[in-house]
Amino acid sequence: MSAAADLGMPGDSLLRRISDVLLARRGFYLLLLLVPPLLWLGVVYLGSLFALLAESLFSIDDFSGVVVREPTLATFRQLLQPANLDVIIRTVTIAATVTILAVIVAFPIAYYAARYARGRTKAAFYLLIMMPLWSSYLVKVYAWKLLLAKEGAIGWTFDAVGLRPLLDAVLAIPVIGGPSLSTSYIGMVLVFLYLWIPFMVLPVQAALERVPGNLIEASGDLGASPRQTFRRVILPLALPGIVAGAIFTFSLTLGDYIVPEIVGPSSLILGQVVYIQQGTAGNVPLAAAFSVVPIVIMGLLLAIAKRMGAFDAL
Amino acid sequence: MKAGPAREAPGPAAVSFRGVSRHFGDVRAVDGVDLDIAPGEFFAMLGPSGSGKTTCLRLIAGFEQPTAGTIAIFGQAVDGVPAYRRPVNTVFQDYALFPHMNVLDNVCYGLRIRGVPRRQRELQGREALALVKLAGMEARRPGQLSGGQRQRVALARALVVQPRVLLLDEPLGALDLKLREEMQGELKGLHRRLGLAFVFVTHDQGEALSMADRVAVFNEGRIVQVAAPEEIYERPRTRFVADFVGGSNVIAADVVKSWTGTAREASIRPEKIVLADPATLPGDRITVPATVTEVLYHGAMRRVEMRADFGPLVASIPAAGAAIGEGIAVRASFAREALHLMESA
Repeated sequence: MSAAADLGMPGDSLLRRISDVLLARRGFYLLLLLVPPLLWLGVVYLGSLFALLAESLFSIDDFSGVVVREPTLATFRQLLQPANLDVIIRTVTIAATVTILAVIVAFPIAYYAARYARGRTKAAFYLLIMMPLWSSYLVKVYAWKLLLAKEGAIGWTFDAVGLRPLLDAVLAIPVIGGPSLSTSYIGMVLVFLYLWIPFMVLPVQAALERVPGNLIEASGDLGASPRQTFRRVILPLALPGIVAGAIFTFSLTLGDYIVPEIVGPSSLILGQVVYIQQGTAGNVPLAAAFSVVPIVIMGLLLAIAKRMGAFDAL
Repeated sequence: MKAGPAREAPGPAAVSFRGVSRHFGDVRAVDGVDLDIAPGEFFAMLGPSGSGKTTCLRLIAGFEQPTAGTIAIFGQAVDGVPAYRRPVNTVFQDYALFPHMNVLDNVCYGLRIRGVPRRQRELQGREALALVKLAGMEARRPGQLSGGQRQRVALARALVVQPRVLLLDEPLGALDLKLREEMQGELKGLHRRLGLAFVFVTHDQGEALSMADRVAVFNEGRIVQVAAPEEIYERPRTRFVADFVGGSNVIAADVVKSWTGTAREASIRPEKIVLADPATLPGDRITVPATVTEVLYHGAMRRVEMRADFGPLVASIPAAGAAIGEGIAVRASFAREALHLMESA
């Protein structure tokens, strides 16, 4: 202590001594940093997830409605019943459609933001992309319901420009059509697309941002037309971002139960079934089994993406 | 200044600039450049950063289009022709290798774009890798290579598509000294073997002088002098060239007038100045009394900084001679013909 004072260094205080200990023992320092999040992630988050998964291995007594706490695959077998399989297929199809459309809509926006926008334009871009996230999800969905309603702004616009027959023709398409946009799958997909687009734009933009401009020049220099450069250089390098965005849009759609309550036809999708089974129906094991479905699907998709080399550029 | 191509070749120049300018708003990156690069020539573009040399290279490659003037490659005007339809290839400053492809796929990229079947393009790719001494590295990723190896991959990738002109943008800038010297020799060897025009951008005057057949010295978007390295070094056209290429002594016009009767700036190379007694030396010499201010040891040579009555003077003398102390008075002299009169810049 006195030596430190002699050298004109700052004296010892409790805080200083603590930081000395932390600096000297890096392992301890890391432990201190990681314990709280690990507790949260390991115990609260993963713990409850596994409790849910365990629940799916139980079954429900059809007469008493009491959960039978014996491991069985009977509940999972129930998923294969036509009505339940129908829900799964319908949900996956909607989620896949939303994801594909999100890539198509988000990519040009992200490309512009990453390669051309600078300074103020870039700030404006972030603001515009993030702004929808600032308002309540419910308000946005109800706003869309009004827009999509038969007498809503979209229908009115079609009327005003004399394109009503076109809208009617689209709504007449079987399955995806319906009496109005707000009660059709088209409307549901539009709302999902609107809600999740920031989750696609941001990762794709981040991936494109990391593609050095000289790679694009090098590709052109070696004889590749802009189209070939896009296919062989830009797209493969943006793929990790697209996959990340797809994980968001796909899993968010798979799990959502509010949008299909408000917009779209009356047939259920996965999130609604989980909601009904654990709530009104009181069949928690079946609800849990349904919840396993998105996890398995996401796992499969990631495995396929990895095999296709989506993460090679990481 | 006469500066014909180093190798007279029949037919059109590999690259020719006629009044080429490239302005970015108010910035005149390249300003009215005329240039002819002969087929098979090793041509260096030398200058400080921002002098327009890299923009000139990018104009040849097609990454930039001139705001005025015409560029022709082997007699064909390339106005508005995009990079991917020009018979030139570039080795980029930081190599620009594709991170998602292995070494062989990087090298074969140009061939793949041209639709060469896999088997044939991989054969050619392997040959190109052997040419740059990288055989056996085919499966590596660019991220697993050292700077020197990446440099070679970039070279192989550009050469495999058989360009008619190879453009090199400070290709050795990121390498350490030893590797740089090694690559200089190899580039020279490749150039000799392949016989195509190399256009080499550098800010390192030593590199330009030792490698090129001809050097163009750039300053502020213009070419100040185009000539063979010896000419550039011995007879710099302006004060800028004398300064930039190897730190010549620049003598003010009035001093030169008192020596020769001509009022023009002149340059004198440090190694032309001798500190021995001028009476013992032959020929017509100019002698200047000076005081030594600093002596720096450079291995084979000693750099002696002096103060003459007209200003500072630097001599480079063999280190083997007697040591010279700082502060002593000397008589610096040089042959009259070593004094090179320059144009006013």
